[in-house]
Amino acid sequence: MNLSAITTWVNDRAGLEPLRALAHKKTVPLHRHSVWYYFGGMTLFLFAIQVGTGILLLLYYRPSAENAFESVQFIMTEVRFGWLVRSIHSWSANLMIATMFVHMFSAYLMKAYRPPRELTWVSGTLLLFIVLGFGFSGYLLPWNKLAFFATKVGTDIAGVVPGIGTFLLRFLRGGDEVTGATLTRFYGFHVAVLPALVTAILFVHLYFVQQRGMSVPPSLAGKPLQTMKFVPNFFLRDLMGWLLALGALAALAALFPWELGEKADAFASAPAGIKPEWFFVFMFQTLKYLPAKIGAVDGEVLGILAFGGGGLFWLLVPFLDRQSAQGKSSRWFTLIGILILLYIVGMTIVGYAE
Amino acid sequence: MENTNTPVTTRRKFINYCLGTSLGATLVATFYPIFKFLVPPPITESTEASVVAAKVSELKPNSGKIFKFGSKPGILVKTPSGEIRAFSATCTHLDCTVQYKEEAQHIWCACHNGRYDLMGKNVAGPPPRPLEQYTVNVRGDEIIVSKG
Repeated sequence: MNLSAITTWVNDRAGLEPLRALAHKKTVPLHRHSVWYYFGGMTLFLFAIQVGTGILLLLYYRPSAENAFESVQFIMTEVRFGWLVRSIHSWSANLMIATMFVHMFSAYLMKAYRPPRELTWVSGTLLLFIVLGFGFSGYLLPWNKLAFFATKVGTDIAGVVPGIGTFLLRFLRGGDEVTGATLTRFYGFHVAVLPALVTAILFVHLYFVQQRGMSVPPSLAGKPLQTMKFVPNFFLRDLMGWLLALGALAALAALFPWELGEKADAFASAPAGIKPEWFFVFMFQTLKYLPAKIGAVDGEVLGILAFGGGGLFWLLVPFLDRQSAQGKSSRWFTLIGILILLYIVGMTIVGYAE
Repeated sequence: MENTNTPVTTRRKFINYCLGTSLGATLVATFYPIFKFLVPPPITESTEASVVAAKVSELKPNSGKIFKFGSKPGILVKTPSGEIRAFSATCTHLDCTVQYKEEAQHIWCACHNGRYDLMGKNVAGPPPRPLEQYTVNVRGDEIIVSKG
């Protein structure tokens, strides 16, 4: 039996022709901004690495306050290539968030959210929130000092939300304090709840991308553009991007193995120089600068509400930017996007320079 | 016509009502326990009213020490003049654990750079309230800290 006979046999039973047609339908427009198209696929590739290395880590990790730190230590010192698997998991998580930010801001600045792609944007923003949830929950799992205090602060922030704060805080912590109960919960979120959510929404996101095709920036819309077939031509280019990402990842993981730090201790002071993960640093730094009281309200409450409002704005951008929706240029939204980007980059740099 | 139709519509309405409420009841019966399961049960706080926080001999002037007060951290501070005070070590900003800064002679939170003076009063940075102060009694060599 040769390959084509096998293909025909499977096809006769599974009916894969529509899928094949769908894959071949897709084309990618070629223009001077096409380079940004690679970052979505790269994020997806890094996510696949997260799933693979995450499953490997599950085989040795033990989610309890007594055992978590020791089990990660065991993975890093005793298990063959354990240090590499954990290091790749941590680095890949960070690279994935970086490529996701690039993908997101390029989509924003090219106004890829304009009709009929509003829901692609909304599903993408939901993926952003889930991925940040992955970062936050995964950070605690090694049960080290930095993670312990980052989780105390992060969950306390949830507790500030008016009305449902106390409920949220207890729900996240599994009690009133950050304890082993919190670790068990975060483990459940990290390996079951969030993966289920991300799979569902990722499927929706990719479905929309496939249905509506690639967006072209407003400045090029309507102009005759060269296109390239996605399968196999652009996909092969995507693969080159993945290979680059894999190379960067392997180099980083091998040359700068992720540290484990010191075991968490509920009766130790927060260490000097404590910081959350880099993608939360801009918010962390903002909270440092807010005064204790702004008017009659605690400064931190206002800050947290402002960030919540910012997240909501980001989610609803396609419905707020009426100019872009009508095919007109929308300088205000470009300016807002650039200012947000500058704020995040600026505050992150200040956070590390201090 | 209307008369003959009415009982039919009523019957259908009745069945729809039954189906609808059963479905609603099934959903409530399914999700209520799930929701309640997700909320952690309250754990009775340790009612420890006082603890031996440290020995007088181990605390030098101008130093601090974190001690366990039930399930929460407390901080003992011996001022440069030798007076011993105790506070809750939980920062009133976002729940980090504070520490004593010897060179600056104040209580400091590393998380967001909050500062408290030696009376536990928030004097700089984002903390909105002072640290809760505890009562300190010295019995022999033992420093006993109690609430209130």
